[in-house]
Amino acid sequence: MDVVFLSRLQFGIAACFHFLFVPLTLGLSILLAIMETRYVQTGDEDYRRMARFWGKLFVINFVVGVVTGLTLEFQFGTNWSRYSAYVGDIFGSLLAIEASVAFFLESTFMGVWIFGWKRLSPKAHATVMWLVAVASSFSAVWIIIANAWMQHPVGYVIRNGRAELNDFLAVVTQPFAWHTLLHTLSGAYVLAAFFVMGVSAYHLLRRYEITLYTKSFRLALTFGLIFAIVAAVHGHYNGGEVARTQPTKLAAMESHWETEKGAPIYLLAIPDEKNNRNALQILPIPGALSMLAYHSPSAEVKGLNHWPKEERPPVALTFISFRLMVGLGMLFMGLTILGWIIRHRLMENGWFLKIMLYAIPLPYIALQAGWVVAEVGRQPWIVYGVMKTADAASPLAVSQVAVSLVGFIAIYGLLSIVAFWLLLKAARKGPETAPAITL
Amino acid sequence: MLETTWFVLWGVLWAVYFMLDGFDLGLGVLQRFLPKDETEKRIIYSIMGPVWDGNEVWLITAGGVTFAAFPKTYAVMFSSLYSALLLLLFALIIRAVALEFRGQVDSPAWRKLWDNAALIGSFLPALLLGVAFANIFKGIPINEHGVNQGSLCSLLNPYGLAGGVLFVLLFLLHGALWLAVRTTNDFQARAVRLSGRLWSVLLVVAVLFLALSRAFTNLWTNYINHPVLLLIPFGAVCCLLWIRISLARKNCLAAWVSSAGVIVLCTLFGVVGLYPNLLPSSLNPDWSMSIYNSSSSPLTLKIMLGVALVFVPLVIIYQFMVYRFFSYKVTRENVAEEVY
Repeated sequence: MDVVFLSRLQFGIAACFHFLFVPLTLGLSILLAIMETRYVQTGDEDYRRMARFWGKLFVINFVVGVVTGLTLEFQFGTNWSRYSAYVGDIFGSLLAIEASVAFFLESTFMGVWIFGWKRLSPKAHATVMWLVAVASSFSAVWIIIANAWMQHPVGYVIRNGRAELNDFLAVVTQPFAWHTLLHTLSGAYVLAAFFVMGVSAYHLLRRYEITLYTKSFRLALTFGLIFAIVAAVHGHYNGGEVARTQPTKLAAMESHWETEKGAPIYLLAIPDEKNNRNALQILPIPGALSMLAYHSPSAEVKGLNHWPKEERPPVALTFISFRLMVGLGMLFMGLTILGWIIRHRLMENGWFLKIMLYAIPLPYIALQAGWVVAEVGRQPWIVYGVMKTADAASPLAVSQVAVSLVGFIAIYGLLSIVAFWLLLKAARKGPETAPAITL
Repeated sequence: MLETTWFVLWGVLWAVYFMLDGFDLGLGVLQRFLPKDETEKRIIYSIMGPVWDGNEVWLITAGGVTFAAFPKTYAVMFSSLYSALLLLLFALIIRAVALEFRGQVDSPAWRKLWDNAALIGSFLPALLLGVAFANIFKGIPINEHGVNQGSLCSLLNPYGLAGGVLFVLLFLLHGALWLAVRTTNDFQARAVRLSGRLWSVLLVVAVLFLALSRAFTNLWTNYINHPVLLLIPFGAVCCLLWIRISLARKNCLAAWVSSAGVIVLCTLFGVVGLYPNLLPSSLNPDWSMSIYNSSSSPLTLKIMLGVALVFVPLVIIYQFMVYRFFSYKVTRENVAEEVY
């Protein structure tokens, strides 16, 4: 157990917990804004009650997302000081821009929204939620640009013993960032859609508040269908970017060991990292990997054995997470397409509602797996090709990090338990019975 | 010049954070002692509720700007203050969650749990921020590689502790005054009385802190070399006195604004005294983190300055509007109709 390992573990845990809550914030804020807008347009009291009900869940989730994000920004300094000093010129500025441009807006107006039900007109209240929604997705833009720079650094020079910015536009406009962004954001929107569909399904199965939850379900279904497709499309482009810029990650994602032209994808493979091969690989689709990665069935794809062992990411974890994410992504498309077909006969299809209820955790798993692919697959680099993770940690004592790691696990663990318990409680309780507030 | 501009902005961001979150942190402590019943507690919570999150973003921005404009300082400062900083963050997490979760379950035991959490989560940050900044003013034992040779306990020296006590008192008074601004009748009267008492204690501690600064730090050097800068500590003292005068005139808002002035000017007193250092080394002045050895490249500083000049004023404008929107008096009657 060294400082680097413990710091990685700590950052990984903190980031994973953070991303348990952020996606719902990103997606549900938009759904809430749509509900409130519908209320303004139609005057249909159902939409106001919907916004009140989903808003309560939103608020519980929101605060945990905020506080778990707080530690991430500071951990670059506390645990990764060598990284921060080396790349802060670029990476730090992106975080600072995120805070001043987006996070201020989101946090300030969240308070207005929570405490503004009575003091704002419905129109103003809906506008406030649109501000929160746009700001939170805009937050994601800057965070993903920062992360994309770690994945594929551009627009910099090595000068004065560190990486210095020399082309801001290159950093902000690089395709890697924008494909990752669209992929990640649509993943988050799918999670929110499945959350709303799942909770609605729970109440529909009990035949409780059928109109309200049918409206919620259908709204989320459309939203989920659109973004399940966008997530897949940009996942594909994102894969292409990875192939172009991070060949070691691509090889690990597919557990692809030998460099070859016309590389296949094996439907079933079991990586054997010790012996630099797959213990089992069957059902090949010839040329599929070359096709997906380079849009040519005969293109050469470098295998893991092309690089020395210490230059490769952990293969099994990256490979399994990737398969899990892709498989679940396909499932989300299938389920939302199916749901779209039977969208007018939801109540007659209890089996489908039941599936959607139990599907709530699946997007959470898919999104976590996606980040494992992105971050574990980038190893051993902290900034791909520029700086190794092993060279990035702070000069700390093992005991310091060990103590804080225990603190993180305890506090984040408790926090998540309480938050999910409160979410469950509020979700089961259902909406307020009377029209919420009369002015 | 660019570096100096960012140094000033850096100090201002921290000052604004203390000014805004200061009253939240103060109220987070006072909620445990001042209210006579649950309704008064709810009044305090509904005063903090709409604004704490927006206030806390100033901390995130101050941290982010340290990272962006002075990456090496960010790296050395945050890793040197490792344990204190993580303790601070954990406390802020608990505070935030307490504010949002308290009202979610209707049970006295549940509320008491989160009242205590809010107390710890507000008191600790106030204390730790004071201890941390006093130690930054004084300098910490960083070696030539930017590695701290001290420990968490070595931060708890007399000057560090004095800074901690000063911050706690500043924030308590700031919170009590904001409570007086936002409440009525008996509750307001008690908040005013408490403010008066806190003020007397603060006066003693503040004077003591300024004197200790002469003994333990080099902060006064810049002031002796450029006497015009003395307007900053002079302004702080004037604001401090103006709090008392405003209280006597029963003008709570003026008292709160003066208290905001005290917090901002106290922070700037320290920051200006540090210049050009951001984090002095107590072992050897050459090992200090300064604007000369820790700044970002001119290009980054220019881009960031553009962003800051557009967005920080914008943030100030909309946060000001939000404060005006929530400037109504919270009473026993209207507190019940809030939110969920």
